[in-house]
Amino acid sequence: MDREPLNDGAKEAPQMASEEADKARPGLPPSRHAIDTELRSILCDVLGLESDDVEAFDAETGLFGHLPELDSMAVAGLLTEMEDRLDILIEDDDVDGEMLETFGGLLGFAEAKAIEG
Amino acid sequence: MRSFSTWPAPLPGGGTSEEAALIFDQARENRVLVIPALFDEANKLRRLTVEVMHRLDLSGIDSFLPDLPGCNDSLQPLAEQTVAGWREATKAAALRFEATHILTVRQGALLAASQLPGWRYAPASGKRLMRSLMRSRAISAKEAGLSEGLAEIEQKGRAGPTKLAGWSFGPSLFNTLLDAELPPAETLTDISQDVVGGAGLWLRAEPDEDPEQADALAALIAIGLDQS
Repeated sequence: MDREPLNDGAKEAPQMASEEADKARPGLPPSRHAIDTELRSILCDVLGLESDDVEAFDAETGLFGHLPELDSMAVAGLLTEMEDRLDILIEDDDVDGEMLETFGGLLGFAEAKAIEG
Repeated sequence: MRSFSTWPAPLPGGGTSEEAALIFDQARENRVLVIPALFDEANKLRRLTVEVMHRLDLSGIDSFLPDLPGCNDSLQPLAEQTVAGWREATKAAALRFEATHILTVRQGALLAASQLPGWRYAPASGKRLMRSLMRSRAISAKEAGLSEGLAEIEQKGRAGPTKLAGWSFGPSLFNTLLDAELPPAETLTDISQDVVGGAGLWLRAEPDEDPEQADALAALIAIGLDQS
């Protein structure tokens, strides 16, 4: 499979910029844009999709229950990876169908967690 | 040329068990013992692991991938295995196959016990894997309308036999994997995923392959051997 690198030059630039912006504001949670970018990158890695496919995800794009490969083991791996890369801690009570059902749900959850942390 | 062999693996309670090994053996100078990843990650990385071995073979390097007791095709019960037992087993495998080098894959880094030189591909402690396995059980429980949190699963696993995502753990294996830090690399050189390129295949929801990653890993090892 000839998968493109996740961040080619053109796509890396805005992410770098936002990372720099985050560094400039120590103690503040990462920006919404940075979380959105990282979450798409995680889904790319978990689902084995091209970055263009994941770029097309919108708030209504279905995840758990819509993609057969996202079984409970895959969701568990996804959540553990989100903890690592977004530097958040996901509690048992956080995990419910609504949060996992759509990309918008998962993004909203990640944003709330990042602010909490 | 790929073939299958067997080897006598020492067991934690004494005695040995006849285990399988996938080997590329032409009695060549460089002989790499491959210590695989564990559980779910072993499945996801099996194809990549064997593809790396295939490439090493084409570069004139022998390699050996043993089944550890309780893993892959082994008939031994997983719940009775221990990390210390697996470390003894990898030591025995290194002797049996007359390995000159070691390549560990992910949690395989926890199981390397000999003083041979070699590499650790994306070494990982067991904690993250165990957390994912426990979380998978918690999610399945929730789907079934039951409530069982991570803390509860951990408490049960530490005290007695438990099953996570289809794998049976005894308390010894459960506790060691959850608590074990990654040991210092010592005689081994770490190969991070950044160097290999692309995303780690252990992240995939389903097992996949990536010839470019296999090329990169095999090249790093072949070049390392050439220089030593």
